[in-house]
Amino acid sequence: MRPKVMEEVEGLRGVNSVKIKEAHEEGKKVVGMYCVFSPQEIALAADAISVTLCGTAQAPIEDAEKELPRNLCPLIKSSYGFAITDKCPYFYFSDVLLAETTCDGKKKMYELMSKIKPMHVMNLPQTAQGDEALNIWKNEMVNFKEFLEEKFEVEITDEKLTDAIKLMNKERIAMKKLHKLNAHKPAPLTGMDMMLAQWLKGFNVDKEAGIEIIERLISETEENIKKGIFAFDETAPRILLTGCPIGSGSEKTLRILEESGASVVALENCTGYKGLDVLVDETKDPITALSEKYLSTPCSCMTNNNSRLDLIKRLADEYEVDGVVDLTWQACHTYNIESFTVRNFVKDELNLPFLQVETDYSDSDAGQIKVRVEAFLETIGSTVTA
Amino acid sequence: MISIGIDVGSVAAKAVAYDGQKVIANAILPTGWSPKKTGERLLNQIMKELNITRNDISSIVGTGYGRVSLPFIDKKVTEITCHGKGAHYMDPDIRVVIDIGGQDSKVIKLNDNGTVGDFLMNDKCAAGTGRFLQVMANALEIDVSDLSKLASDVEPANINSMCTVFAESEVVSLIAEGTSKEAIASGLLHSVCNKTYSLVSKLGVENKVFFSGGVSKNKKLVDLLSNKLGVDIISSDEAQFLGAIGAAIIGY
Repeated sequence: MRPKVMEEVEGLRGVNSVKIKEAHEEGKKVVGMYCVFSPQEIALAADAISVTLCGTAQAPIEDAEKELPRNLCPLIKSSYGFAITDKCPYFYFSDVLLAETTCDGKKKMYELMSKIKPMHVMNLPQTAQGDEALNIWKNEMVNFKEFLEEKFEVEITDEKLTDAIKLMNKERIAMKKLHKLNAHKPAPLTGMDMMLAQWLKGFNVDKEAGIEIIERLISETEENIKKGIFAFDETAPRILLTGCPIGSGSEKTLRILEESGASVVALENCTGYKGLDVLVDETKDPITALSEKYLSTPCSCMTNNNSRLDLIKRLADEYEVDGVVDLTWQACHTYNIESFTVRNFVKDELNLPFLQVETDYSDSDAGQIKVRVEAFLETIGSTVTA
Repeated sequence: MISIGIDVGSVAAKAVAYDGQKVIANAILPTGWSPKKTGERLLNQIMKELNITRNDISSIVGTGYGRVSLPFIDKKVTEITCHGKGAHYMDPDIRVVIDIGGQDSKVIKLNDNGTVGDFLMNDKCAAGTGRFLQVMANALEIDVSDLSKLASDVEPANINSMCTVFAESEVVSLIAEGTSKEAIASGLLHSVCNKTYSLVSKLGVENKVFFSGGVSKNKKLVDLLSNKLGVDIISSDEAQFLGAIGAAIIGY
């Protein structure tokens, strides 16, 4: 049975699009961002609102393809399509955009997008290892801070940064706790609901209110566990989903997995657990602490990215998974190439069945993905009956 | 008791009856526009041949793309699992199954007991599938079953495009340049062979390799692939029934 609070969580979509409009009308500044590498704390410390921008739906891709190549990852096309068609309220009300040089596709798309709104680009190092990379990234943190100070004519003090860090850590702790509920066997929440709750947090205009809803969702789910109410029964194969980010509108593979009888218990991707794993160290100087936290994100744009394998192993053990599914978007070179490494690691080191699904946001291959997913679940040992 | 396996593919629908020891009857029909009606016709055909009624049948398992549209089945299982079981029935030493049907190409790696260890499928396009050969045969104005014979003992024309649409225009250009039908046919089979080779190589070759699906009827392609992989690929007239056999065995 689905927790009742999930309706409120889903309702956040409507609530937030109104709140962002109201905040804008009250003269609040809005910083729109796309990526889990974006330090939201710096925007919050500038008394601004930080929001995630839309980029998970198929609808605006057609418009994006008038300017972008077709053979590009759907996330980049969707993000750009939302921007040029003004269909994302968060983009519309953003005063400035924060971009980052993660992959080549995004980097070049941002050049085009920067013509629409003022944009600051953070130069992400290509590796997370070594002092040099950390120093470059620290410098980028300072640059972003100074950009906002100048744009919004505010002073971002260490005290304000510390407050913002505490608030975002509080959100991370809540979202992490929520995610960990599904370590229970059987899982109390569907992967679909977990994805929605994790993804929607990015749009929260009022962070405290968002955390409060999640805390109530946790309480209700814990009650459900006590009562023996679960989303799946014990026989459902438990799946760890890794790979590219997903949100509402790009949940196809997750949906097919659960419709075919799997219980997706862990979302390793950056819209799921990846950004929650490490907190910002509240005892250090704020800029250093932020730099260390964000640089530790195990994304495929980094070379090497062995910490992703460590995280997969940790989650696979903790959530007692029966198989790993790697979702990669078409034309996402970094995740597609890394999939070979992940496959070998999962099969050889973890001894678990592995499936890579390479797809886009459209439904055109839903039938074929269903065959793959069902066959994968059959190999895990579940019986799919008519 | 007897179990029935029905494999409704994108082009052909196949059914077999299994008595616990061996396959005792089979039937094949073009899938047509109604997988449900075709499935029923196959079932009736088998019952008539064996002179049995529904009461003599212990279970019916459906597989293939049309498995979702068969209301009379007891269970549905994907063609990947079924091909594994079917291959194991044919020869327990088979560890790799290459299955190229109308719209899919798959490579399945089997465990000792015939269960699926790993598998790969082609992307969502028709590159390197039966459909690809069908479209190209049309462009050459020949029957797809003549491709193999036509392609024997000639230097292949170079065909670069894997996309069915682009390859067709490439073939049209080759025809316009005066390239022989034989060389084009050979080029097409080489290109399917290369595409299949790269899929197989990702999983690796081990022990006996079996080639199933409608495209396995192309003897020239079987030879090309055997040479390229450096193994003797096994195929059989029953290869097209592999999925249905596996389904019947799973149901028994």
